[in-house]
Amino acid sequence: MSTMPAPLLSLVDVTRTFGGVQALSGVSLDVAAGRITGVIGPNGAGKTTLFNVITGAYTPTAGEIYLDGARLTGLKPYQIARAGIARTFQNIRLFSSMSVWEHLLVAQRHDGSVFGRLLPAGLARSKAGREAEKALVFFGLEKVRDRPARELPYGTQRKVEMARALTANPRLLLLDEPIAGMSHEEADELRHLLMRLRADGLTILLIEHDMTFVMNLCDRIHVLDFGRQIAHGTPEAVRTDPAVLDAYLGADT
Amino acid sequence: MISTYHAALLADSGILMLGALSVYIILATGQLSLGNAGFMGIGAYLASYLTVEAGLPLTLALVLSALAAGMVGIVIGFPALRLRGIYLAMATLGFGEMVRSFFLNFEPMGGAGGFSGMVHVSVGYIWLWAGGILVLVTLLERSRLWLEIRATHDDETAASLVGLNTTATKIGAFGFGAAVAAVAGGLFAHHHVYIEPANFGFDRSIELVLAVILGGSTVAPGALVGAVLLVLLPETLRFLADWRLAAFGTLLVLVLLVRRQGILDRGLFRALTFRRQAS
Repeated sequence: MSTMPAPLLSLVDVTRTFGGVQALSGVSLDVAAGRITGVIGPNGAGKTTLFNVITGAYTPTAGEIYLDGARLTGLKPYQIARAGIARTFQNIRLFSSMSVWEHLLVAQRHDGSVFGRLLPAGLARSKAGREAEKALVFFGLEKVRDRPARELPYGTQRKVEMARALTANPRLLLLDEPIAGMSHEEADELRHLLMRLRADGLTILLIEHDMTFVMNLCDRIHVLDFGRQIAHGTPEAVRTDPAVLDAYLGADT
Repeated sequence: MISTYHAALLADSGILMLGALSVYIILATGQLSLGNAGFMGIGAYLASYLTVEAGLPLTLALVLSALAAGMVGIVIGFPALRLRGIYLAMATLGFGEMVRSFFLNFEPMGGAGGFSGMVHVSVGYIWLWAGGILVLVTLLERSRLWLEIRATHDDETAASLVGLNTTATKIGAFGFGAAVAAVAGGLFAHHHVYIEPANFGFDRSIELVLAVILGGSTVAPGALVGAVLLVLLPETLRFLADWRLAAFGTLLVLVLLVRRQGILDRGLFRALTFRRQAS
Protein backbone atom coordinates (compact mmCIF):
# COMPACT_ATOMS: atom_id res chain seq x y z
CA MET A 1 0.00 0.00 0.00
CA SER A 2 2.10 2.85 -1.24
CA THR A 3 -0.68 5.31 -2.01
CA MET A 4 -3.82 5.72 0.08
CA PRO A 5 -7.02 5.86 -1.97
CA ALA A 6 -9.32 8.81 -1.30
CA PRO A 7 -11.51 8.35 1.78
CA LEU A 8 -15.12 7.40 1.10
CA LEU A 9 -16.26 8.08 4.66
CA SER A 10 -14.73 10.75 6.88
CA LEU A 11 -15.44 11.39 10.52
CA VAL A 12 -14.13 14.68 11.80
CA ASP A 13 -13.80 15.05 15.54
CA VAL A 14 -17.03 13.21 16.27
CA THR A 15 -18.28 13.25 19.87
CA ARG A 16 -21.40 11.66 21.29
CA THR A 17 -22.38 11.97 24.92
CA PHE A 18 -25.16 10.25 26.83
CA GLY A 19 -25.93 12.22 29.95
CA GLY A 20 -22.47 12.84 31.35
CA VAL A 21 -20.87 9.85 29.64
CA GLN A 22 -18.78 10.36 26.55
CA ALA A 23 -19.46 7.30 24.43
CA LEU A 24 -17.36 8.78 21.66
CA SER A 25 -14.94 11.63 22.19
CA GLY A 26 -13.27 13.43 19.33
CA VAL A 27 -13.02 10.48 16.98
CA SER A 28 -11.60 11.30 13.55
CA LEU A 29 -11.16 8.58 11.00
CA ASP A 30 -11.11 8.03 7.25
CA VAL A 31 -12.44 4.91 5.59
CA ALA A 32 -10.59 4.31 2.34
CA ALA A 33 -12.68 3.51 -0.74
CA GLY A 34 -12.53 -0.07 -1.91
CA ARG A 35 -10.88 -1.32 1.27
CA ILE A 36 -11.94 -3.31 4.30
CA THR A 37 -11.45 -1.30 7.47
CA GLY A 38 -11.76 -2.82 10.93
CA VAL A 39 -12.83 -1.21 14.19
CA ILE A 40 -11.69 -3.03 17.30
CA GLY A 41 -11.62 -2.28 20.98
CA PRO A 42 -12.58 -3.74 24.33
CA ASN A 43 -16.25 -3.98 25.36
CA GLY A 44 -17.79 -0.57 25.88
CA ALA A 45 -15.16 1.14 23.75
CA GLY A 46 -17.88 2.85 21.66
CA LYS A 47 -17.75 0.70 18.53
CA THR A 48 -21.48 0.20 18.13
CA THR A 49 -22.10 3.83 19.10
CA LEU A 50 -19.78 4.73 16.23
CA PHE A 51 -21.98 2.74 13.83
CA ASN A 52 -25.13 4.28 15.26
CA VAL A 53 -23.73 7.76 14.75
CA ILE A 54 -22.64 7.02 11.17
CA THR A 55 -26.06 5.60 10.23
CA GLY A 56 -27.99 8.43 11.87
CA ALA A 57 -29.59 6.40 14.66
CA TYR A 58 -27.83 8.89 16.98
CA THR A 59 -26.87 12.39 15.94
CA PRO A 60 -23.35 13.38 16.98
CA THR A 61 -23.13 15.81 19.88
CA ALA A 62 -20.26 17.46 18.00
CA GLY A 63 -18.29 16.83 14.85
CA GLU A 64 -19.09 16.13 11.23
CA ILE A 65 -19.53 13.05 9.05
CA TYR A 66 -18.99 13.07 5.28
CA LEU A 67 -19.67 10.44 2.65
CA ASP A 68 -17.58 11.13 -0.43
CA GLY A 69 -17.48 14.80 0.51
CA ALA A 70 -21.23 15.15 1.13
CA ARG A 71 -22.22 16.07 4.67
CA LEU A 72 -24.31 13.40 6.41
CA THR A 73 -24.56 14.99 9.85
CA GLY A 74 -28.18 15.56 10.86
CA LEU A 75 -29.74 13.53 8.06
CA LYS A 76 -32.42 10.99 8.97
CA PRO A 77 -31.43 7.30 9.00
CA TYR A 78 -33.35 6.51 5.82
CA GLN A 79 -31.70 9.44 4.02
CA ILE A 80 -28.25 8.23 5.08
CA ALA A 81 -29.15 4.73 3.89
CA ARG A 82 -30.22 6.14 0.54
CA ALA A 83 -26.99 8.12 0.33
CA GLY A 84 -25.24 4.75 0.17
CA ILE A 85 -24.60 3.36 3.66
CA ALA A 86 -26.06 -0.01 4.63
CA ARG A 87 -25.50 -1.94 7.83
CA THR A 88 -26.06 -5.17 9.69
CA PHE A 89 -26.68 -5.48 13.40
CA GLN A 90 -24.85 -7.12 16.27
CA ASN A 91 -28.13 -8.72 17.35
CA ILE A 92 -29.63 -9.72 14.00
CA ARG A 93 -32.67 -7.63 13.02
CA LEU A 94 -34.71 -9.37 10.37
CA PHE A 95 -38.35 -8.67 9.50
CA SER A 96 -40.35 -11.27 11.42
CA SER A 97 -43.12 -11.70 8.85
CA MET A 98 -40.91 -11.99 5.78
CA SER A 99 -39.38 -14.80 3.78
CA VAL A 100 -35.76 -14.64 2.62
CA TRP A 101 -36.94 -13.60 -0.84
CA GLU A 102 -39.00 -10.72 0.57
CA HIS A 103 -35.97 -9.49 2.51
CA LEU A 104 -34.10 -9.22 -0.77
CA LEU A 105 -36.81 -7.11 -2.36
CA VAL A 106 -37.81 -4.74 0.41
CA ALA A 107 -34.64 -2.64 0.53
CA GLN A 108 -34.18 -2.19 -3.20
CA ARG A 109 -34.41 1.22 -4.78
CA HIS A 110 -34.80 -0.13 -8.32
CA ASP A 111 -38.10 0.66 -10.02
CA GLY A 112 -38.43 3.12 -7.17
CA SER A 113 -41.17 5.26 -8.72
CA VAL A 114 -44.58 5.09 -7.08
CA PHE A 115 -45.83 3.09 -10.06
CA GLY A 116 -42.93 0.65 -9.89
CA ARG A 117 -43.54 0.07 -6.19
CA LEU A 118 -47.21 -0.67 -6.77
CA LEU A 119 -46.44 -3.56 -9.11
CA PRO A 120 -46.25 -7.07 -7.66
CA ALA A 121 -42.90 -7.42 -5.89
CA GLY A 122 -40.14 -9.55 -7.34
CA LEU A 123 -41.41 -10.37 -10.81
CA ALA A 124 -38.67 -12.34 -12.54
CA ARG A 125 -38.45 -9.85 -15.42
CA SER A 126 -38.19 -6.77 -13.23
CA LYS A 127 -34.89 -5.19 -12.32
CA ALA A 128 -35.69 -5.74 -8.65
CA GLY A 129 -36.41 -9.42 -9.26
CA ARG A 130 -33.11 -9.91 -11.08
CA GLU A 131 -31.15 -8.10 -8.38
CA ALA A 132 -32.77 -10.22 -5.67
CA GLU A 133 -31.96 -13.37 -7.64
CA LYS A 134 -28.32 -12.26 -7.88
CA ALA A 135 -28.09 -11.72 -4.12
CA LEU A 136 -29.75 -15.10 -3.54
CA VAL A 137 -27.09 -16.86 -5.59
CA PHE A 138 -24.17 -14.84 -4.20
CA PHE A 139 -25.01 -15.83 -0.64
CA GLY A 140 -26.08 -19.36 -1.55
CA LEU A 141 -29.60 -18.86 -0.21
CA GLU A 142 -31.51 -20.48 -3.12
CA LYS A 143 -32.65 -23.44 -1.03
CA VAL A 144 -34.23 -21.28 1.65
CA ARG A 145 -35.72 -18.68 -0.73
CA ASP A 146 -39.31 -18.95 0.52
CA ARG A 147 -38.63 -19.87 4.15
CA PRO A 148 -39.43 -17.35 6.88
CA ALA A 149 -36.01 -15.78 7.54
CA ARG A 150 -36.49 -15.86 11.30
CA GLU A 151 -36.67 -19.70 11.32
CA LEU A 152 -33.25 -20.19 9.73
CA PRO A 153 -30.03 -21.12 11.52
CA TYR A 154 -28.07 -18.25 13.01
CA GLY A 155 -25.31 -18.19 10.41
CA THR A 156 -27.85 -18.17 7.58
CA GLN A 157 -29.76 -15.32 9.22
CA ARG A 158 -26.55 -13.30 9.21
CA LYS A 159 -26.24 -13.92 5.50
CA VAL A 160 -29.82 -12.83 4.88
CA GLU A 161 -29.17 -9.65 6.79
CA MET A 162 -26.05 -8.97 4.77
CA ALA A 163 -27.85 -9.77 1.52
CA ARG A 164 -30.65 -7.38 2.46
CA ALA A 165 -28.08 -4.65 3.11
CA LEU A 166 -26.41 -5.25 -0.24
CA THR A 167 -29.61 -5.16 -2.30
CA ALA A 168 -29.90 -1.50 -1.28
CA ASN A 169 -26.83 -1.07 -3.49
CA PRO A 170 -24.66 0.65 -0.88
CA ARG A 171 -21.26 2.24 -1.43
CA LEU A 172 -20.28 1.52 2.15
CA LEU A 173 -21.28 -1.57 4.09
CA LEU A 174 -21.10 -1.54 7.89
CA LEU A 175 -20.93 -4.93 9.57
CA ASP A 176 -21.39 -5.17 13.32
CA GLU A 177 -19.72 -8.38 14.51
CA PRO A 178 -20.47 -10.33 11.33
CA ILE A 179 -19.07 -13.66 12.52
CA ALA A 180 -20.43 -13.63 16.07
CA GLY A 181 -22.02 -17.02 16.72
CA MET A 182 -20.76 -18.48 13.44
CA SER A 183 -18.91 -21.76 13.11
CA HIS A 184 -15.33 -21.78 11.88
CA GLU A 185 -16.40 -22.90 8.42
CA GLU A 186 -19.12 -20.28 8.20
CA ALA A 187 -16.70 -17.56 9.25
CA ASP A 188 -14.21 -18.66 6.64
CA GLU A 189 -16.88 -18.70 3.96
CA LEU A 190 -17.93 -15.21 4.98
CA ARG A 191 -14.33 -14.00 4.82
CA HIS A 192 -14.16 -15.12 1.22
CA LEU A 193 -17.47 -13.46 0.39
CA LEU A 194 -16.20 -10.19 1.88
CA MET A 195 -12.98 -10.44 -0.15
CA ARG A 196 -15.07 -10.93 -3.29
CA LEU A 197 -17.13 -7.87 -2.42
CA ARG A 198 -13.96 -5.86 -1.90
CA ALA A 199 -12.67 -7.05 -5.28
CA ASP A 200 -15.92 -5.76 -6.77
CA GLY A 201 -15.14 -2.33 -5.34
CA LEU A 202 -17.33 -2.26 -2.23
CA THR A 203 -16.02 -0.41 0.81
CA ILE A 204 -16.51 -2.23 4.10
CA LEU A 205 -16.23 -1.06 7.68
CA LEU A 206 -16.57 -3.79 10.27
CA ILE A 207 -16.56 -4.32 14.01
CA GLU A 208 -15.28 -7.69 15.12
CA HIS A 209 -13.89 -9.27 18.26
CA ASP A 210 -12.22 -12.20 16.56
CA MET A 211 -8.66 -10.91 16.16
CA THR A 212 -7.54 -13.58 13.69
CA PHE A 213 -10.47 -12.72 11.44
CA VAL A 214 -9.79 -8.97 11.65
CA MET A 215 -6.03 -9.25 11.17
CA ASN A 216 -6.39 -11.58 8.17
CA LEU A 217 -9.05 -9.55 6.40
CA CYS A 218 -8.68 -5.85 7.12
CA ASP A 219 -6.50 -3.45 5.20
CA ARG A 220 -6.56 -0.92 8.04
CA ILE A 221 -7.64 -1.06 11.65
CA HIS A 222 -8.85 1.60 14.05
CA VAL A 223 -8.69 0.89 17.77
CA LEU A 224 -11.15 2.48 20.19
CA ASP A 225 -10.95 2.47 23.97
CA PHE A 226 -13.33 4.37 26.27
CA GLY A 227 -14.70 6.31 23.28
CA ARG A 228 -11.30 7.50 22.11
CA GLN A 229 -9.23 6.38 19.19
CA ILE A 230 -5.99 5.07 20.64
CA ALA A 231 -4.38 3.70 17.49
CA HIS A 232 -4.87 3.18 13.79
CA GLY A 233 -2.90 1.74 10.93
CA THR A 234 -2.13 -1.52 9.18
CA PRO A 235 -2.82 -4.77 11.06
CA GLU A 236 0.92 -5.23 11.63
CA ALA A 237 1.34 -1.76 13.08
CA VAL A 238 -1.72 -2.07 15.32
CA ARG A 239 -0.75 -5.51 16.60
CA THR A 240 2.47 -4.21 18.10
CA ASP A 241 1.24 -0.80 19.25
CA PRO A 242 1.97 -0.40 22.98
CA ALA A 243 -1.30 1.54 23.59
CA VAL A 244 -3.32 -1.27 22.03
CA LEU A 245 -1.56 -3.96 23.99
CA ASP A 246 -2.16 -1.92 27.09
CA ALA A 247 -5.90 -1.57 26.43
CA TYR A 248 -6.36 -5.24 25.65
CA LEU A 249 -4.17 -6.72 28.33
CA GLY A 250 -5.62 -4.26 30.82
CA ALA A 251 -2.31 -3.25 32.37
CA ASP A 252 -3.29 -1.81 35.73
CA THR A 253 -1.82 1.60 36.34
CA MET B 1 -84.61 -12.06 -5.63
CA ILE B 2 -83.12 -12.26 -2.18
CA SER B 3 -85.31 -11.32 0.73
CA THR B 4 -85.06 -7.90 2.36
CA TYR B 5 -83.71 -9.59 5.47
CA HIS B 6 -80.85 -11.24 3.63
CA ALA B 7 -80.16 -8.14 1.58
CA ALA B 8 -79.80 -6.14 4.77
CA LEU B 9 -77.35 -8.67 6.20
CA LEU B 10 -75.35 -8.61 2.99
CA ALA B 11 -75.25 -4.82 2.95
CA ASP B 12 -74.18 -4.70 6.60
CA SER B 13 -71.37 -7.17 5.90
CA GLY B 14 -70.08 -5.10 3.00
CA ILE B 15 -70.07 -1.88 4.99
CA LEU B 16 -68.50 -3.53 8.04
CA MET B 17 -65.86 -5.14 5.85
CA LEU B 18 -64.85 -1.76 4.44
CA GLY B 19 -64.65 -0.35 7.96
CA ALA B 20 -62.56 -3.33 9.03
CA LEU B 21 -60.27 -2.86 6.02
CA SER B 22 -59.70 0.73 7.08
CA VAL B 23 -58.46 -0.53 10.46
CA TYR B 24 -56.42 -3.26 8.78
CA ILE B 25 -54.55 -0.84 6.51
CA ILE B 26 -53.43 1.26 9.47
CA LEU B 27 -52.70 -1.81 11.61
CA ALA B 28 -50.49 -3.20 8.84
CA THR B 29 -47.95 -0.48 9.68
CA GLY B 30 -48.11 -1.42 13.37
CA GLN B 31 -50.51 1.34 14.44
CA LEU B 32 -53.75 0.49 16.23
CA SER B 33 -56.51 3.01 15.60
CA LEU B 34 -59.56 2.98 17.87
CA GLY B 35 -60.98 6.04 16.13
CA ASN B 36 -61.93 4.84 12.68
CA ALA B 37 -65.62 5.34 13.38
CA GLY B 38 -64.66 9.02 13.40
CA PHE B 39 -63.42 8.80 9.80
CA MET B 40 -66.55 6.81 8.99
CA GLY B 41 -68.68 9.57 10.49
CA ILE B 42 -66.90 12.24 8.46
CA GLY B 43 -67.56 10.21 5.31
CA ALA B 44 -71.20 9.59 6.22
CA TYR B 45 -72.04 13.21 6.98
CA LEU B 46 -70.07 14.67 4.09
CA ALA B 47 -71.43 12.23 1.50
CA SER B 48 -74.98 12.79 2.76
CA TYR B 49 -74.56 16.54 2.58
CA LEU B 50 -73.19 16.28 -0.95
CA THR B 51 -76.05 14.11 -2.26
CA VAL B 52 -78.94 15.68 -0.34
CA GLU B 53 -77.98 19.36 -0.14
CA ALA B 54 -75.60 19.74 -3.09
CA GLY B 55 -77.38 17.26 -5.34
CA LEU B 56 -74.25 15.41 -6.43
CA PRO B 57 -74.43 11.81 -7.66
CA LEU B 58 -73.55 9.32 -4.92
CA THR B 59 -70.38 7.95 -6.54
CA LEU B 60 -68.88 11.42 -6.87
CA ALA B 61 -69.96 12.24 -3.32
CA LEU B 62 -68.22 9.12 -2.03
CA VAL B 63 -65.00 9.90 -3.88
CA LEU B 64 -64.96 13.48 -2.55
CA SER B 65 -65.71 12.28 0.99
CA ALA B 66 -62.90 9.74 0.76
CA LEU B 67 -60.47 12.44 -0.36
CA ALA B 68 -61.53 14.79 2.43
CA ALA B 69 -61.35 12.10 5.12
CA GLY B 70 -58.02 10.96 3.69
CA MET B 71 -56.65 14.43 4.30
CA VAL B 72 -57.98 14.39 7.86
CA GLY B 73 -56.31 10.98 8.26
CA ILE B 74 -52.97 12.42 7.16
CA VAL B 75 -53.35 15.26 9.65
CA ILE B 76 -54.09 12.70 12.40
CA GLY B 77 -51.13 10.60 11.18
CA PHE B 78 -48.59 13.24 12.19
CA PRO B 79 -49.22 13.37 15.95
CA ALA B 80 -49.76 9.58 15.81
CA LEU B 81 -46.08 9.20 14.87
CA ARG B 82 -45.10 10.21 18.37
CA LEU B 83 -47.30 7.59 20.02
CA ARG B 84 -47.11 3.82 20.22
CA GLY B 85 -49.31 0.97 21.30
CA ILE B 86 -51.82 1.74 23.99
CA TYR B 87 -51.10 5.49 23.94
CA LEU B 88 -51.85 5.67 20.24
CA ALA B 89 -55.01 3.63 20.82
CA MET B 90 -56.17 6.12 23.47
CA ALA B 91 -55.36 9.16 21.32
CA THR B 92 -57.28 7.79 18.32
CA LEU B 93 -60.16 6.92 20.61
CA GLY B 94 -60.15 10.57 21.66
CA PHE B 95 -60.24 11.62 18.02
CA GLY B 96 -63.27 9.42 17.36
CA GLU B 97 -65.15 10.88 20.32
CA MET B 98 -64.20 14.36 19.13
CA VAL B 99 -65.80 13.74 15.74
CA ARG B 100 -68.90 12.24 17.32
CA SER B 101 -69.44 15.17 19.66
CA PHE B 102 -68.76 17.60 16.83
CA PHE B 103 -71.70 16.22 14.84
CA LEU B 104 -73.76 16.07 18.03
CA ASN B 105 -73.47 19.86 18.25
CA PHE B 106 -73.39 20.61 14.54
CA GLU B 107 -76.96 21.81 13.97
CA PRO B 108 -76.70 22.39 10.17
CA MET B 109 -76.54 18.58 9.83
CA GLY B 110 -79.25 17.90 12.38
CA GLY B 111 -77.17 17.70 15.55
CA ALA B 112 -78.45 15.10 17.99
CA GLY B 113 -81.59 14.70 15.89
CA GLY B 114 -79.67 13.14 13.02
CA PHE B 115 -79.83 13.71 9.31
CA SER B 116 -81.98 12.09 6.63
CA GLY B 117 -83.15 12.53 3.05
CA MET B 118 -80.61 10.22 1.41
CA VAL B 119 -81.75 7.94 -1.40
CA HIS B 120 -81.43 4.25 -0.53
CA VAL B 121 -78.72 2.34 -2.41
CA SER B 122 -78.86 -1.26 -3.56
CA VAL B 123 -76.80 -4.08 -2.05
CA GLY B 124 -75.15 -4.51 -5.44
CA TYR B 125 -73.85 -0.95 -5.38
CA ILE B 126 -72.46 -1.41 -1.85
CA TRP B 127 -70.65 -4.59 -2.88
CA LEU B 128 -69.28 -2.95 -6.00
CA TRP B 129 -67.37 -0.63 -3.69
CA ALA B 130 -66.64 -3.23 -1.05
CA GLY B 131 -65.45 -5.85 -3.53
CA GLY B 132 -63.48 -3.32 -5.55
CA ILE B 133 -61.60 -1.98 -2.56
CA LEU B 134 -60.98 -5.49 -1.18
CA VAL B 135 -59.48 -6.59 -4.51
CA LEU B 136 -57.42 -3.40 -4.66
CA VAL B 137 -55.93 -3.91 -1.20
CA THR B 138 -55.37 -7.63 -1.82
CA LEU B 139 -53.45 -6.81 -5.00
CA LEU B 140 -51.56 -4.06 -3.21
CA GLU B 141 -50.41 -6.65 -0.68
CA ARG B 142 -48.29 -8.29 -3.35
CA SER B 143 -46.47 -5.06 -4.19
CA ARG B 144 -43.15 -3.79 -2.94
CA LEU B 145 -44.95 -0.85 -1.34
CA TRP B 146 -46.71 -3.35 0.91
CA LEU B 147 -43.38 -4.99 1.75
CA GLU B 148 -42.32 -1.55 2.97
CA ILE B 149 -45.47 -1.43 5.10
CA ARG B 150 -44.71 -4.85 6.58
CA ALA B 151 -41.10 -3.87 7.24
CA THR B 152 -42.33 -0.81 9.12
CA HIS B 153 -44.61 -3.06 11.16
CA ASP B 154 -41.95 -5.70 11.89
CA ASP B 155 -39.01 -3.48 12.83
CA GLU B 156 -39.24 0.23 12.23
CA THR B 157 -35.60 0.90 13.09
CA ALA B 158 -34.27 -1.75 10.75
CA ALA B 159 -36.68 -0.54 8.05
CA SER B 160 -35.38 3.02 8.25
CA LEU B 161 -31.77 1.81 8.20
CA VAL B 162 -32.31 0.00 4.91
CA GLY B 163 -33.58 3.25 3.43
CA LEU B 164 -37.34 3.09 3.94
CA ASN B 165 -39.14 6.29 4.84
CA THR B 166 -41.22 4.83 7.64
CA THR B 167 -42.70 8.22 8.50
CA ALA B 168 -44.25 8.57 5.06
CA THR B 169 -45.44 4.96 5.20
CA LYS B 170 -47.22 5.42 8.53
CA ILE B 171 -48.83 8.74 7.62
CA GLY B 172 -49.86 7.41 4.21
CA ALA B 173 -51.51 4.40 5.84
CA PHE B 174 -53.55 6.72 8.07
CA GLY B 175 -54.67 8.70 5.02
CA PHE B 176 -55.58 5.60 3.01
CA GLY B 177 -57.32 3.95 5.95
CA ALA B 178 -59.33 7.10 6.65
CA ALA B 179 -60.41 7.31 3.00
CA VAL B 180 -61.66 3.70 3.03
CA ALA B 181 -63.48 4.33 6.32
CA ALA B 182 -65.17 7.36 4.75
CA VAL B 183 -66.48 5.23 1.86
CA ALA B 184 -67.86 2.79 4.44
CA GLY B 185 -69.51 5.71 6.23
CA GLY B 186 -71.00 7.15 3.04
CA LEU B 187 -72.43 3.76 2.08
CA PHE B 188 -73.75 3.29 5.63
CA ALA B 189 -75.60 6.61 5.36
CA HIS B 190 -77.14 5.76 2.00
CA HIS B 191 -78.08 2.25 3.11
CA HIS B 192 -79.80 3.28 6.33
CA VAL B 193 -80.96 6.62 4.82
CA TYR B 194 -80.75 8.13 8.30
CA ILE B 195 -77.65 8.90 10.35
CA GLU B 196 -77.04 10.22 13.83
CA PRO B 197 -73.80 10.85 15.75
CA ALA B 198 -74.34 7.73 17.89
CA ASN B 199 -73.86 5.60 14.75
CA PHE B 200 -70.19 6.55 14.79
CA GLY B 201 -69.26 6.16 18.43
CA PHE B 202 -66.66 4.17 20.30
CA ASP B 203 -68.57 0.89 19.96
CA ARG B 204 -68.45 1.18 16.17
CA SER B 205 -64.66 1.65 16.27
CA ILE B 206 -64.36 -1.43 18.47
CA GLU B 207 -66.55 -3.43 16.09
CA LEU B 208 -64.22 -2.58 13.20
CA VAL B 209 -61.13 -3.65 15.16
CA LEU B 210 -62.93 -6.80 16.31
CA ALA B 211 -63.71 -7.82 12.72
CA VAL B 212 -60.00 -7.54 11.82
CA ILE B 213 -58.75 -9.41 14.90
CA LEU B 214 -61.32 -12.17 14.50
CA GLY B 215 -61.10 -12.55 10.73
CA GLY B 216 -57.35 -12.26 10.42
CA SER B 217 -55.02 -9.33 10.91
CA THR B 218 -52.27 -10.34 8.49
CA VAL B 219 -54.17 -10.50 5.19
CA ALA B 220 -56.79 -8.14 3.73
CA PRO B 221 -59.45 -10.83 3.11
CA GLY B 222 -59.36 -11.43 6.87
CA ALA B 223 -61.55 -8.31 7.07
CA LEU B 224 -64.12 -10.06 4.89
CA VAL B 225 -64.13 -13.18 7.07
CA GLY B 226 -64.41 -11.09 10.22
CA ALA B 227 -67.16 -8.85 8.89
CA VAL B 228 -69.31 -11.75 7.67
CA LEU B 229 -68.86 -13.55 11.01
CA LEU B 230 -69.72 -10.46 13.04
CA VAL B 231 -72.89 -9.90 11.03
CA LEU B 232 -74.03 -13.52 10.76
CA LEU B 233 -73.04 -14.92 14.16
CA PRO B 234 -75.54 -12.89 16.19
CA GLU B 235 -78.21 -14.06 13.73
CA THR B 236 -77.30 -17.75 13.82
CA LEU B 237 -76.91 -17.67 17.60
CA ARG B 238 -80.47 -16.39 18.03
CA PHE B 239 -81.63 -19.75 19.43
CA LEU B 240 -79.47 -19.00 22.49
CA ALA B 241 -81.73 -16.01 23.20
CA ASP B 242 -80.33 -13.96 26.08
CA TRP B 243 -77.11 -16.02 26.16
CA ARG B 244 -76.22 -14.94 22.65
CA LEU B 245 -73.73 -12.25 23.57
CA ALA B 246 -72.07 -14.47 26.17
CA ALA B 247 -71.67 -17.22 23.58
CA PHE B 248 -70.27 -14.72 21.14
CA GLY B 249 -67.74 -13.49 23.69
CA THR B 250 -66.68 -17.03 24.48
CA LEU B 251 -66.15 -17.73 20.82
CA LEU B 252 -63.98 -14.64 20.46
CA VAL B 253 -61.80 -15.62 23.42
CA LEU B 254 -61.41 -19.12 21.98
CA VAL B 255 -60.33 -17.83 18.57
CA LEU B 256 -57.76 -15.55 20.17
CA LEU B 257 -56.41 -18.40 22.32
CA VAL B 258 -56.09 -20.80 19.40
CA ARG B 259 -55.26 -18.41 16.56
CA ARG B 260 -53.86 -15.12 17.69
CA GLN B 261 -53.46 -13.97 14.07
CA GLY B 262 -57.19 -14.48 13.45
CA ILE B 263 -59.04 -17.10 11.42
CA LEU B 264 -57.46 -16.28 8.06
CA ASP B 265 -53.67 -15.90 7.95
CA ARG B 266 -51.05 -15.79 5.19
CA GLY B 267 -50.54 -19.57 5.10
CA LEU B 268 -54.25 -20.38 4.95
CA PHE B 269 -54.92 -17.66 2.39
CA ARG B 270 -52.13 -18.98 0.14
CA ALA B 271 -53.46 -22.52 0.45
CA LEU B 272 -57.00 -21.37 -0.39
CA THR B 273 -55.88 -19.42 -3.44
CA PHE B 274 -53.57 -22.20 -4.70
CA ARG B 275 -50.57 -19.92 -4.70
CA ARG B 276 -47.12 -21.47 -4.63
CA GLN B 277 -46.49 -22.83 -1.16
CA ALA B 278 -43.23 -22.11 0.62
CA SER B 279 -40.91 -24.98 -0.21
